[in-house]
Amino acid sequence: MDKYIKTPITEEVTKDLKSGDYVYITGTIYVARDAAHKRMIEALDKGEGLPIDIKDATIYYMGPSPAREGRPIGSAGPTTATRMDKYAPTLLDLGEKAMIGKGKRSKEVMDAIVRNKAVYFAAVGGAGALLSKCVEKSEIVCYEDLGAEAILKMEVKDFPVIVVVDCDGNNLYETAIKEYCELT
Amino acid sequence: MIRTIQTDVITENIKEMCIEANHFLSGDMDLAMKQAVETEKSELGRKILNQLQDNLKIAADEMIPICQDTGMAVIFLEVGQDVHFEGMSIEDAVNEGVRQGYVEGFLRKSVVGDPIIRENTKDNTPAVIHYSIVPGDKVKITMAPKGFGSENMSRVFMLKPADGIEGVKNAILTAVKDAGPNACPPMVVGVGVGGTFEKCALLAKKALTRPVNEHSDIPYVKDLEIEMLEKINKLGIGPGGLGGSTTALAVNINTYPTHIAGLPVAINICCHVNRHVVREV
Repeated sequence: MDKYIKTPITEEVTKDLKSGDYVYITGTIYVARDAAHKRMIEALDKGEGLPIDIKDATIYYMGPSPAREGRPIGSAGPTTATRMDKYAPTLLDLGEKAMIGKGKRSKEVMDAIVRNKAVYFAAVGGAGALLSKCVEKSEIVCYEDLGAEAILKMEVKDFPVIVVVDCDGNNLYETAIKEYCELT
Repeated sequence: MIRTIQTDVITENIKEMCIEANHFLSGDMDLAMKQAVETEKSELGRKILNQLQDNLKIAADEMIPICQDTGMAVIFLEVGQDVHFEGMSIEDAVNEGVRQGYVEGFLRKSVVGDPIIRENTKDNTPAVIHYSIVPGDKVKITMAPKGFGSENMSRVFMLKPADGIEGVKNAILTAVKDAGPNACPPMVVGVGVGGTFEKCALLAKKALTRPVNEHSDIPYVKDLEIEMLEKINKLGIGPGGLGGSTTALAVNINTYPTHIAGLPVAINICCHVNRHVVREV
């Protein structure tokens, strides 16, 4: 089912999203990947605060290519979420509600999604040029020294994603494959 | 006759090839992607494949890289034995081409200078360069930027001779199944069989640069390529890993003699942005 939602993606929003829904997101999302996640968790371990407002936040696992002049961003497709599994449960427990990436998640992340009524979306991997057209604004929030791995705040319009894991823990990666598997 | 080539010519070509590879898919890949839209069984799968068609058009028309992961620069240099290089060292010339291509072409700098310390080199160097000496007085350059979503899902299996062809088939299916949505399917599967531990990995990497509509010259290998593509597409993984009949676009297999005690198999998986540009200088 096609759905149009606005950020912040709160529990009110996630409870109506089902695994397999095709969703268009409009609003503010954060961008962070490997090195930024590592640094955020290290900050928490040291008793410092996070550099972003994590409550009901959406984090897009992405590292863009540089923007050409006059454009908000370069190519901007998802990176593999699996690599963020080590860090995601902590952020979900602190209030993060939605993750956008691609690829499988660990049991710990699946449990944290259900526990926090969160959601895991997939964007189409390798469609970075297309997805960049849905980005209206982009600014660096922090960790600029990380280059392509800095944390960004982006304004997106009708950003297309698919619900892979919904707040009840249904997983499209498992159910959809079964439907088309002809190999025993 | 010795032919002299100035290494700045290599630099210039590498620079252009970095930019070309990241914005335009080669004709064989483009055709395979178009054909996949026609044959995909899943509605969501077709929707994704159509998005990827739109993505390719936007990338080419507006010069936005096809994928934000513009890869680590993998370069095969087949150097004619009658060539003499003049100018900076060939390694420096290649890396200078990569530097210029990635900086001037607005490509992402994805390389860290040390695997543990992990500081970005800010210009995507160094490249991974594979040299070979061949007959003739030309230099064949194959530029294949490699993204790591799929690279991370690649495998080497040191099978035993008794495992035979069934062992090879199982290794390929295991790698593809484990890769699933992480490798951005529809994927291209490069396979190396034989050689040594490192040789089979290189065979697999090189297999990814073979056009996806060309089969091996060896009859049993060609049959294996066809059989494995059919089997992989019955796994159900589909476009984006969200279910469907297009999990792979091609299986390219290269073989090499090996030791009486071994059967090395490497599976190098590439996403649908299987970039390869070839030029002869």
